[in-house]
Amino acid sequence: MTRHTDDDGSAEESSEDDRGNGRGRGEPAPGVPEAGRDEQPSIFVPDDGEVPESDAVGARDSEAAAGGDDAAARAATDGGVESATGGTDSTDLDPDAYDPVDVFPGGDLDLREGADSCYKCTSCDTSCPVAEVDDEFPGPKFQGPEQWRLKRKGDHDIDESITSCSNCMRCDDACPSSVPLSQMHNEARGQFVERQMEKLSVEYIRNRLLANYRTSARLASMFPRTASFAMNFGPARWAMEKVMGIPKERDFPEFATETFREWWKARGGAKVENPDKRVAYFHGCYSNYNTPEVGKAMVRVYEHFGYEVMVPPQKCSGTPMFANGMLDDARRHAETNVENLVEAIGEGADVIASCTSCSMSLRQEYPELFDLHGIEDLAEHTFEAMEYLRIHEDLEGELDAAGGPDEERELAYHAPCHARNQGLARQAVETFRDVDGVTVEDVGDSCSGISGTYGWKEEKYEKSMEIGEEMFEHMEDAEGDVGMTECPTCAMQMEHGTGYEIEHPLQLLEDSLGA
Amino acid sequence: MAITSDVLVVGGGLAAVTAAVSAAREGADVRLVSHKASTLRQASGLIDALGYVPATEPAKPLRDGPPTAGRNLDPDEWPDPEGPLADPFEAIDRLPESHPYRIAGSDALRDGLDLFDDLAGDAYRGGHTDRNALVPTFGGAVKPTARYPAAAEAGLASDDRPALIVGFRSLTEYDARAFAGRLEAAGVPFDAAGAEVEFAEAFRADAKITRVAKALDHDEEIDGVPAREALAKAVAPHLHDVVDGSGGVDRVERVGFPAFLGDDEGEAVRAELAERLGADVFEIPMGPPSLPGLRLEDRLFDALDAEGVRFETGNPVVGVESAADGRVETVAVDRKGRTAPYGADAFVLATGGLVGKGLDSDREGVREPVFDLFVDQPDDRYEWFVDDAFGDQPYARFGVRPDERMRPVDGDGAVQYENVFAAGGVVGGADAAREKSASGVSLATGIVAGRQAATEATQ
Repeated sequence: MTRHTDDDGSAEESSEDDRGNGRGRGEPAPGVPEAGRDEQPSIFVPDDGEVPESDAVGARDSEAAAGGDDAAARAATDGGVESATGGTDSTDLDPDAYDPVDVFPGGDLDLREGADSCYKCTSCDTSCPVAEVDDEFPGPKFQGPEQWRLKRKGDHDIDESITSCSNCMRCDDACPSSVPLSQMHNEARGQFVERQMEKLSVEYIRNRLLANYRTSARLASMFPRTASFAMNFGPARWAMEKVMGIPKERDFPEFATETFREWWKARGGAKVENPDKRVAYFHGCYSNYNTPEVGKAMVRVYEHFGYEVMVPPQKCSGTPMFANGMLDDARRHAETNVENLVEAIGEGADVIASCTSCSMSLRQEYPELFDLHGIEDLAEHTFEAMEYLRIHEDLEGELDAAGGPDEERELAYHAPCHARNQGLARQAVETFRDVDGVTVEDVGDSCSGISGTYGWKEEKYEKSMEIGEEMFEHMEDAEGDVGMTECPTCAMQMEHGTGYEIEHPLQLLEDSLGA
Repeated sequence: MAITSDVLVVGGGLAAVTAAVSAAREGADVRLVSHKASTLRQASGLIDALGYVPATEPAKPLRDGPPTAGRNLDPDEWPDPEGPLADPFEAIDRLPESHPYRIAGSDALRDGLDLFDDLAGDAYRGGHTDRNALVPTFGGAVKPTARYPAAAEAGLASDDRPALIVGFRSLTEYDARAFAGRLEAAGVPFDAAGAEVEFAEAFRADAKITRVAKALDHDEEIDGVPAREALAKAVAPHLHDVVDGSGGVDRVERVGFPAFLGDDEGEAVRAELAERLGADVFEIPMGPPSLPGLRLEDRLFDALDAEGVRFETGNPVVGVESAADGRVETVAVDRKGRTAPYGADAFVLATGGLVGKGLDSDREGVREPVFDLFVDQPDDRYEWFVDDAFGDQPYARFGVRPDERMRPVDGDGAVQYENVFAAGGVVGGADAAREKSASGVSLATGIVAGRQAATEATQ
């Protein structure tokens, strides 16, 4: 996988690469999706005439060509300058001042040190939610250090079981030796997908679609009501399961009629200007297309504390792409994100994410997997939304002074695995512990089981629900009948398993502060 | 601004939890920060106090000169350790003066065990007496221990009822027949037999023990039969395997399994198996992966929550950020590349020893990386160890040196920071592996450090 990450493409072995990705090797055009590869709307939008194929194609073409029709204008508000790599115009952050670390000498990540640090205590295996329900899955110790040794000389295929790893990253948190397990898994998965996975297989196409959620979400949110209906329309779902392996039990999330970015634009952007306290909001795809109320809560809470909020152009954080081994896709999106967020950092901002998987990706997976200019700065300047306030503001004092929300609230809180790895698993419970009229109950340390796109695969659906069972039970036992979590896909799983409505802690914070 | 609390405990193991709870019970607002998920999950789940008093002087003077690199020329000779001890408390006076038990006092050990009993509740046994229990462990050794999981109760070596030890072919690190043989060789007062049965074969050969535990928890069907019933059926034909000294065959009255009989539902799993087999059922504590350790971790972290302790895992404390007038004000927590200050009026360091990475070492020396506390050690690296692997290894006793309040002192015996306390493996002076004292040292130093930190913070 790393062959494709060199800026100049010099280390590539293009001869074997016949998957027709279409990106000219050696021709630097990253960031510009190729029509027909990056976006495959026809699968997600049923051919019932509501959303003519031609519209979708038109949107994609016009975007690629930066054309001027409606769809393109809409796409522009939705995030995305399609941009080239590297650098920033900022005067504070001079690209020349970066010393890009050559993390891929000779073409592969050197993970020997990580492999050598493993002393086989199996703490990773006992923390793995997949190994607990699936004995066909050999566990993180095998997937990480052991597989790394096996494949070093290139004469061993990557074991197919790597695709059963859900990338929850609990093994990282468990390892007392700081073996970079998830980095090893990401690398092995990327190699497996690139070298061993049949590119015309239904599984590959399905995974690519799931991984590129932003693409489908953007198209769907052009016709949000239609898409919300059509994607959950019985016969269409039956067909999706049969043809694509997307389990019909799951409900697709509803698309907002007004995306967060549309709201932001209509609002006229930031209401607070403050060059001393600036944050750049990385809303991610879900807060933009599906739950803009989370993004609005972020803006209101931060403005309450006197921050100037910036909303730079951005694409997918890459989380679903890592989990599906689509590292090229992730890198393409990372280029846009790094460029725009580093520019904001140059203007004095720290980067704030409301989704714990987005913050995880920007902080850990980006610098582990890609060597883009400024990527380390981005990692160092990225925080989760509540984490940042807890560090920089007297959040608990402010909550105390505000006196709590208007109505009593009881919530069953689930800490996402990726929050756990950032040390954030308990912050929501602690922050609201002393707030009048709010009861937040931790439903335990089990994994929700969905792990982003994992639970969206037909063959993984049952495992996913089995992993989630403990959480469902604890939610039922908890006093509250509203769930709360930071992660959008955990929220889907919580809702799916219990029927509860699910909130984000920022929304409760907004309520409690009267922001 | 800093994230603050009265007391900040650094670490996530038994000592850290003990210190955090005891500080909270003194009225302090406590926060615990652990770099990784608790290493209790690697622990056997047994709570030892003092099983042996090892010799600190060799049987004959050590040879001068460089080590022989295992060539065994003129080998060291060390007397056998004293033990297994019946009563850990009465032996404390025979430990070296620098031992944490000598510094904290035997009352600290007693208080620590009392606190543990309170936190562990009915999941643990042994609190009724000062005396050690002898628990057979994975590998066939018998370990003197002060407290043991209820799940291990029917397996005590002092019990003279015949025992069947069950194993599984797929569980390669655990050989039931070898285990039973070693128990008999160790001179236990009961007859034992090992049997390898067909059960885990329904799972893939390298299925994790958490997988088997989960299947038993949920009583999942294994080839159409509920898991608990399937396991009982697999064991039943072996209930008459034990042959006593005179060739007679007894039906066994107790059956030992590797410790994977369920995770959350362990008690129900054992009860059902016992009923189906008509014999008591016990678990044999294992090395990692260790379900007894995981269960203990869950229980203790639930206790932290119940005591109002704030805790977080995932980010390491990497150093002192600010200190003044001999007191630490804030430490730096590395949050994925950027450090954030954590302030407290008192700090407890409970990061573990050389294995737990609370001590760091290279060829130049051994150091304590968080507060850079003094670690007593010979200058010459060749004096860190002796040739005999089982001898009195100086490195085993490396660690910070505490005063009677558990405040680390420097080479001259002066307190390094007025408000920094240490507990557990990072404290030097004990040879926990030979003494079988790791848990007791954590409890005794943890309770002193926690109380003293609370006093320091709230005075």
